[in-house]
Amino acid sequence: MSQRQVLQVFEQYQKARTQFVQTVAELATRPQNVETLQNAGVMSLLRPLLLDTVPTIQQTAALALGRLANYNDDLAEAVVKADILPQLVYSLAEQNRFYKKAAAFVLRAVAKHSAELAQAVVDCGALDALVISLEEFDPGVKEAAAWALGYIARHNGQLAQAVVDSGAFPLLVLCIQEPEIAVKRIAASTLSDIAKHSPELAQTVVDTGAIAHLAQMTLNPDAKLKRQVFSALGQISKHSVDLAEMVVEAEIFPAVLACLKDPDEYVRKNVTTLMREITKHTPELSQMIVNAGGVAAVIDYLGDSKGNVRLPGIMMLGYVAAHSENLAMAVIVSKGVPQLAICLVEEPEDHIKAATAWAFGQIGRHTPEHARAVAAANVLPKLLNLYLDTQSSEDLQVKAKKALKSVLQKCTYLPALEPLLYEAPSNILKHVICQFSKVLLSWILRGSAGEGGELSASLRCSRNPISTIQFMNFCVLLKFIIYCDIMHFIYLSSTLFY
Amino acid sequence: MARLVKLFMQIDNIKEAHFVRNRIAEENRQRENSAAVRIQSWFRGCRVRAYLSRIHRKATMIQKTWRGFKAREHFRQRVKTAYFLMKMNFYNKMAVKIQQRWRGYYVRKYVHNYYARKRYLEALTQKNEQIRRELEELAEHQRKERERVAMEREEQEKYVRAQRLHFLLSTKQCPGVFNSPFRPEPDEMELRLRRVKPVRTMSAPKESWPMNQQPSSYQHNKERLPPIHNTPQGPFRPAVEVQQQRYRPLEPSLRVATSITALEEAREELRRQEWRTRLIDHPFLPFSKAPNKKYEPLLHAASPYQQTEYGTKHFREENRSQLETKKLFRRVFTTCHVFDKFGRLYSNTGKTV
Repeated sequence: MSQRQVLQVFEQYQKARTQFVQTVAELATRPQNVETLQNAGVMSLLRPLLLDTVPTIQQTAALALGRLANYNDDLAEAVVKADILPQLVYSLAEQNRFYKKAAAFVLRAVAKHSAELAQAVVDCGALDALVISLEEFDPGVKEAAAWALGYIARHNGQLAQAVVDSGAFPLLVLCIQEPEIAVKRIAASTLSDIAKHSPELAQTVVDTGAIAHLAQMTLNPDAKLKRQVFSALGQISKHSVDLAEMVVEAEIFPAVLACLKDPDEYVRKNVTTLMREITKHTPELSQMIVNAGGVAAVIDYLGDSKGNVRLPGIMMLGYVAAHSENLAMAVIVSKGVPQLAICLVEEPEDHIKAATAWAFGQIGRHTPEHARAVAAANVLPKLLNLYLDTQSSEDLQVKAKKALKSVLQKCTYLPALEPLLYEAPSNILKHVICQFSKVLLSWILRGSAGEGGELSASLRCSRNPISTIQFMNFCVLLKFIIYCDIMHFIYLSSTLFY
Repeated sequence: MARLVKLFMQIDNIKEAHFVRNRIAEENRQRENSAAVRIQSWFRGCRVRAYLSRIHRKATMIQKTWRGFKAREHFRQRVKTAYFLMKMNFYNKMAVKIQQRWRGYYVRKYVHNYYARKRYLEALTQKNEQIRRELEELAEHQRKERERVAMEREEQEKYVRAQRLHFLLSTKQCPGVFNSPFRPEPDEMELRLRRVKPVRTMSAPKESWPMNQQPSSYQHNKERLPPIHNTPQGPFRPAVEVQQQRYRPLEPSLRVATSITALEEAREELRRQEWRTRLIDHPFLPFSKAPNKKYEPLLHAASPYQQTEYGTKHFREENRSQLETKKLFRRVFTTCHVFDKFGRLYSNTGKTV
């Protein structure tokens, strides 16, 4: 045969291989084909193509493998078992940038499913190779490498520590300063994934001076970038007071409040999460946020949004109100109570209702004024219903009961307490009676109609209101003697024989 | 004498009377004795009683005055303590009043200042209002911005489409697709086709700068002063650089930095160091206690008539005439600028001096 014919054979083979690999890569984008491909044994066919001489075939094979591994964790395990990873890692250091991108994509696809797979990725020395590819010039390669590192670090603290130990940190901080938006996004999400596990890791993030860059990036108009940045800041500040103070010192407030009106839902949610993590530590931080007008902004946000994303906002209001009664009054003054009442009614999910009940408990437990504000919004019957409803979860019932108790112990607003008299079970009713006895006692002794004007018609039915109270108290007194204050008992018994 | 006779006549009477009287007295002696004793005892008793009552009276008087004295003293003491207690009660009451007032003031001012809290809550409400307004404005502004950008993009797309379909323009003879004769008016696309300009070679796409992204209220808050120059001023160096150049510290060369008396100062320093550190004040003396021996010159250096110059006046063969033409040994040179720029050049290559 002539030379040309011999070469033609090789060319045909190469064309066939290229076509095969490209088709497989295309087919792997659709989920319905993946099962068929797996049954046809595509893994074992793609593996030798990774070592092909033609670079295009290598890259496309790697891309196809990545897409397959991305689909579900069985395939990812198959990739790991077929010993493809060491080969990928080795060539990650050597090849050109397209191959690096594809290889980083495969590593990311494998690592994203579970912690064991991520550990397997780490064990074959992928971290060093990924760190080296973070130093590349090409932004696509950097993005892919940072993404892979982020998915590895996401699962648990040891993996995140391993990522940090491999020296990826300063490079990630440099990636954040890159002009390309995609690289910034991915680097921010990786930082967020690393910082969320433990205070030491969050401290490492802060030590490299990342907070200043993250704070600058909050002003960027890109929505996905802002999502990641706020998520990162939130993960950093949730661990301890010092970290939260450092985040606040980066002067992100009040500029961050503007992002509460961002059209993207998750940006708003992450901003509220950040505010919640900051306010939960100390009263001073909460005070700072209240003074910057954050409470009003969050209440507006609660009004605008629906569903699960309301949860961080509700919890933030609860944390703010929990610290001191000044802050609780600030929440009330900013019209938080009607908005929370709306949330309580509208939301179908139990955990959001539980959080709202808890927030109400925190707001109303401080002084009678606060309890009055909570009671005036007609919240107490709703809390009672939640407590009595058999379909509510355990957590919701417990929280509703605690909130009800803590508000009732300070509530002296009788019109709101009335409806509870008829429906409440005994352990709630004793508190209601106690409150009634505390308020009406002075009224009885004075003999004037001071608080009497606030009683409903049913209690003032007889000409002599005292007898009605006598009757009422006599009925329940025998049952609740030991619960109410002994002095109240003495006074009440003296009025009985008056 | 008559008396005497009378008396002699009565001697017997007298003797009898004496015995009778004795007998009577003897009979009454006991009685009279006891009576006398009684009288005496009674009198004695009276006397003693009077004495006793006297001394009783005296004693009572003493006791009385003493008791009165003591009681008055005691009473004075009690009056003093009562007075003191009265004063202390009064002071305590007044102190309590002062403390009440002070505590009320302090609590009302610092611990729970009702008016400050009221003011704070009012200020907070206003701040909330302001924040809400600003956020609304910002949201509105951003929404308008987005709409504007979307509209412009749409407009651009339609323009490009019209450019591509320019051949569908209707002519006098033949009405175009978009200009149906059955419609009262031509279609929007037809009007666009009429307005469109032919496609030219691609020039660099001009991006319209985004409008100011601050909401209106923030813009009005910044006061704009009138411009200083009418003509446009050139590109300015950054202020940090200018400051650095202006306040650059002096970097004198090595020659300038050295003082003119450096050598003398160094010598002085050496001398001082020697003076400080030298422990032994006396110089090393030779061992021998013999007096200074006179120097005996060498015989072979001594000439017959006088001492030779060599060895005493000079030690080396030197050619004086030759030496006089020679120039003096230079000790001061011009500066050598080799080390002036050390460490101050921009590139690293200059550092290998």
